[in-house]
Amino acid sequence: MQLFSIEYISLVVGFLILLIGIWGILTRKNILKMVIGFSLFDTGTHIIIVALGYVKNKTAPILNQPDLQTDTAHKIVDPVPQALVLTAIVIGLGVTALMLVYAMKLHNEKKTLNIQNYKDLKW
Amino acid sequence: MIYLIIAIVLGIIMLVAAVIAVYNKDLKTAIIAAGVTSLFASVLYVLLAAPDVALTEASIGSGLTTLIFFYVYNKIRRNNAQE
Amino acid sequence: MLRNSLILLVLLGFAAAIFPLLHSYEAKDALTGVAEHYANYGKEEVGAANLVSAVVVTYRGFDTLGEVTILFLASAVIGLFLKASETYTKDTRSVFFKSTEILVTASRLLVPMILLLGVYIFINGHLTPGGGFQGGAVIASAFALLLLSRPQKHFSHKVISVVESISGISFVFIGLLGVLLAGGFLDNHILAMGKFGTLLSAGAIPIIYILIGLKVGSELTGIVRNLKESQKEG
Repeated sequence: MQLFSIEYISLVVGFLILLIGIWGILTRKNILKMVIGFSLFDTGTHIIIVALGYVKNKTAPILNQPDLQTDTAHKIVDPVPQALVLTAIVIGLGVTALMLVYAMKLHNEKKTLNIQNYKDLKW
Repeated sequence: MIYLIIAIVLGIIMLVAAVIAVYNKDLKTAIIAAGVTSLFASVLYVLLAAPDVALTEASIGSGLTTLIFFYVYNKIRRNNAQE
Repeated sequence: MLRNSLILLVLLGFAAAIFPLLHSYEAKDALTGVAEHYANYGKEEVGAANLVSAVVVTYRGFDTLGEVTILFLASAVIGLFLKASETYTKDTRSVFFKSTEILVTASRLLVPMILLLGVYIFINGHLTPGGGFQGGAVIASAFALLLLSRPQKHFSHKVISVVESISGISFVFIGLLGVLLAGGFLDNHILAMGKFGTLLSAGAIPIIYILIGLKVGSELTGIVRNLKESQKEG
């Protein structure tokens, strides 16, 4: 039964978290809330990518047992999405920290975090 | 089978935490809820046979990100109190 | 109302873009394509027991260099915004709460252990789960604990930036050594391969991961430190 497998549940959960994140970015008015939405969006994307690399009943890509070292491709999950997500999480932290510092600077200027009070570039 | 149940429970907790993170009026609660989403995602990564990603998510996604959020939140709150 | 329906439309667009991934998802039973090559030949070609480390450091080493550069840029821009080193004031309050005796004593005990754990994680990156990024983050969290428990402690920005620059330059230098001595940029065959599964194996991967760990750790520590020590009106 494909619908009730770990990877499919993870795909659906990641998809829903991604949508909640986008909803948060688009509807919230507080800038910090928008950054929280962005970080949820990040988490959802990572779950989807890792779930796509999962192969049923296979072990992690770490060859510490001798029997894993022959015919490896039939015994482990996909290591490439994991490597991609590994770097993406670290970049996500950098980007989130940068956005938070921007928010701090904006608050220093206008003393408000409500996005609707920033009308300088509104046309 | 037991892993499937754990995955479903983790998924439900993560979704509830994500909704709280977006909708709660209190910013502190929202930040903690976003951190909870990340923390349970790292448990899900272990179930998905990705221990490397789980380690990264637990230390960076739920640890340092929450810390930086709180630093900035605190600066802004203190800045407001000065007015 | 128009705004809400527009937002709903955008959300539906996103959902429609990602939905085929869920709908047409088929469970695999074996690896295919490039992953199959990595799995079958990674042991001979790279010699790292942790295939994720092999992909991150060697097969996709150039991506990792770019990634470290992005992190450096983010850290540098944050430092530029906060201008910590110039406007540093003796702000002795803790950020969240008053530091207590218990916290100070516990952090004196815990910080060296957390540092040791971080170093262990990135030295064993080619054998066990973990590596430079995770180890660096653990080291940064040890310094964050130090900053929380002893707010009056002042980190020298110079030490952080020196460690960061030296590890970054050495990373690129080892990559160039790969061009000269082995098959290409960031090739790990510049050192002896050693016995598979032992600490001194997989050529240059442990060294590169130690450098990445120091660099990521000093960058994240720099971000936290800049956030703490920036002046209120920064």
